[in-house]
Amino acid sequence: MSSTNAKHPELSAIFNKDEARVDWHDETLWWIRQKRDKAAWSVPEWEELRNTASAIKNNVLSNLHNYLIEFEKNAIANGVTVHWAADAKEHNEIVHAILQQNKVSQIVKSKSMLTEECGLNDYLAKNNVEVIDTDLGERIVQLAGEHPSHIVLPCIHWKKEEIGELFHKHLNTPKGNADPQFLTAAARIHLREKFLTRKVAITGVNFAVAETGEFVVSTNEGNADMGAHLADVHIACMGIEKIIPQRKHLGVFLRLLSRSATGQPITTYSSHFKKPNAHQAMHIILVDNGRTVQLGRESFRNSLKCIRCAACFNTCPVYRRSGGFSYNAVIAGPIGSILSPNLDMKKHADLPFASTLCGSCTNVCPVKIDIHNQLYLWRQEITKQGYSPKMKTAAMKVMAVALSKPALFTIGGKAARWVVKHLPFLVNNRLNPWYKQRDLPTAPKQSFTEWYKQNRHEQ
Amino acid sequence: MSSKEKILAAVKLNQPALQQLPDLGNLNAIQYEDTFLQFSTVLKTIGGTVVEIKNTDEIIEYVKNNFSNVQNFVTTLPELPEIKMLDEKLDAHFLENIEVAIIRALFGVAENGSVWVTDEEMKIRALPFICQHLAVLLHKKDLVNNMHEAYNLIGAKQYDFGVFIAGPSKTADIEQSLVLGAHGPKTMTVFVIA
Repeated sequence: MSSTNAKHPELSAIFNKDEARVDWHDETLWWIRQKRDKAAWSVPEWEELRNTASAIKNNVLSNLHNYLIEFEKNAIANGVTVHWAADAKEHNEIVHAILQQNKVSQIVKSKSMLTEECGLNDYLAKNNVEVIDTDLGERIVQLAGEHPSHIVLPCIHWKKEEIGELFHKHLNTPKGNADPQFLTAAARIHLREKFLTRKVAITGVNFAVAETGEFVVSTNEGNADMGAHLADVHIACMGIEKIIPQRKHLGVFLRLLSRSATGQPITTYSSHFKKPNAHQAMHIILVDNGRTVQLGRESFRNSLKCIRCAACFNTCPVYRRSGGFSYNAVIAGPIGSILSPNLDMKKHADLPFASTLCGSCTNVCPVKIDIHNQLYLWRQEITKQGYSPKMKTAAMKVMAVALSKPALFTIGGKAARWVVKHLPFLVNNRLNPWYKQRDLPTAPKQSFTEWYKQNRHEQ
Repeated sequence: MSSKEKILAAVKLNQPALQQLPDLGNLNAIQYEDTFLQFSTVLKTIGGTVVEIKNTDEIIEYVKNNFSNVQNFVTTLPELPEIKMLDEKLDAHFLENIEVAIIRALFGVAENGSVWVTDEEMKIRALPFICQHLAVLLHKKDLVNNMHEAYNLIGAKQYDFGVFIAGPSKTADIEQSLVLGAHGPKTMTVFVIA
């Protein structure tokens, strides 16, 4: 993620320079959204399943204290070492300390948005530890010196020809070969060598079961398992909200997760890690990093129910057309726009405004987070704290005056229709941010009020 | 105050009033007229192969006909005498040249084409991931409709490691083009025995 303070409108403008690419990005994600729909409709009890998942997560948030204690107790009984990290810094230090104890400076890591959130790779690089991301999409963005632009599809913004070029440079594949089958085979050989030689593997956690102390990791590639089973030490990093009460609740979430994410009935691998291998050590790091603060924000705590499926990304008309990097946050898209302001309200003040509030995100969310309501509530909170985008605030103030004075509203409307008709360049110019990526409609001859006055007696 | 104490105190202070857990019995989860038909249809859709067999000799015949390097086939099943038994003591790294691994699955799930395997069946955890081709023996009677029935069957059973496997390892990270054989097996064959 870029450390600049560039805001969503500027960053979207960069992405929008290449219109054909925007269309391609938009259509690819919409295709995944359609696959999600087909998968969801194949389950007649889908809505009841969402309600159930939401209710389980509500219970988790309301009893998280006890579940965390229960989980830790059971994990320790299973032979796992449990660590607690208050923030990103502590998380990274714990990982580094484990690596130092094991005298290891090269590791493999499967997908974990939490380690992205904590900036683990950069931290370890500064401490001379080499991290190889093993998810193919993550490896691609890592080789390119980027971060994931999507939490499930990290390199969704990359074209195969560009990946071919990247692999030619880093993996010595023939120049000009952009065949996905061929490139994946090259990555398989490249990464197999890493799996076989690295002594420590880091994975994320999709679900952690309080009742049994086990945790589940879902992948399609099998990279989490290849890393974890071939390493001497497995470190699993998780946010404290990943806890679920009982093993049987996995049935609910595994039915929802991949159908919502990619339209698959289940991921290829849903691995249940309970006890370490005979000659292996297993660590779990439980991370807060702002989650307890979010838990205390009554209006926003629902965001902690998220299972990171990214269905809200794929359906979002803004995300599809502005790209993941326009959010300038580890987690982009609608869910990122309600999670990020909790971490840094000033830096991410623009994100709740990067939405049309159409509500599609809320409709597809498998755990029924009211994402678009929270976006709206964050706008109010951010404005109250004085962080709202200046242009929008100024425009809103003008609108507030106009809307509170009917006469002014009527005159304003008339003037606007006249301007659009006779002096369109006053609106469709580059100084007007609204006009970017939009076409100006032709102005109607009269306002609705005028039309109504004329026509109301004709009924 | 340790981070653990700090986090737990903050959670306790900030968590809302207790909300009850829902009853999973009310879900009316999907049932299929023919669980085998559903299982095989889904598994084929996600890149797997389903082979109906009458006896385990047919497994030997099938793998010999469909895969090469027979000297690199291993199994954990005693009923396949012609295939090398997996040495449980082996370091997992030595499995990298395994061409075909044949293991048993405890049950299959019709709604998503997955099979449930624990470390009891794979002996070495890396086995079903590191092999080039995975073959699984499943009894037709051991098919459940959905994931809720699956977890009812697992119940409180003990395992150190368990995994639902649904088809070959795959990725679509390059322009959403599906490629089978990302890091793990390039094929998965499920032998279903009546």
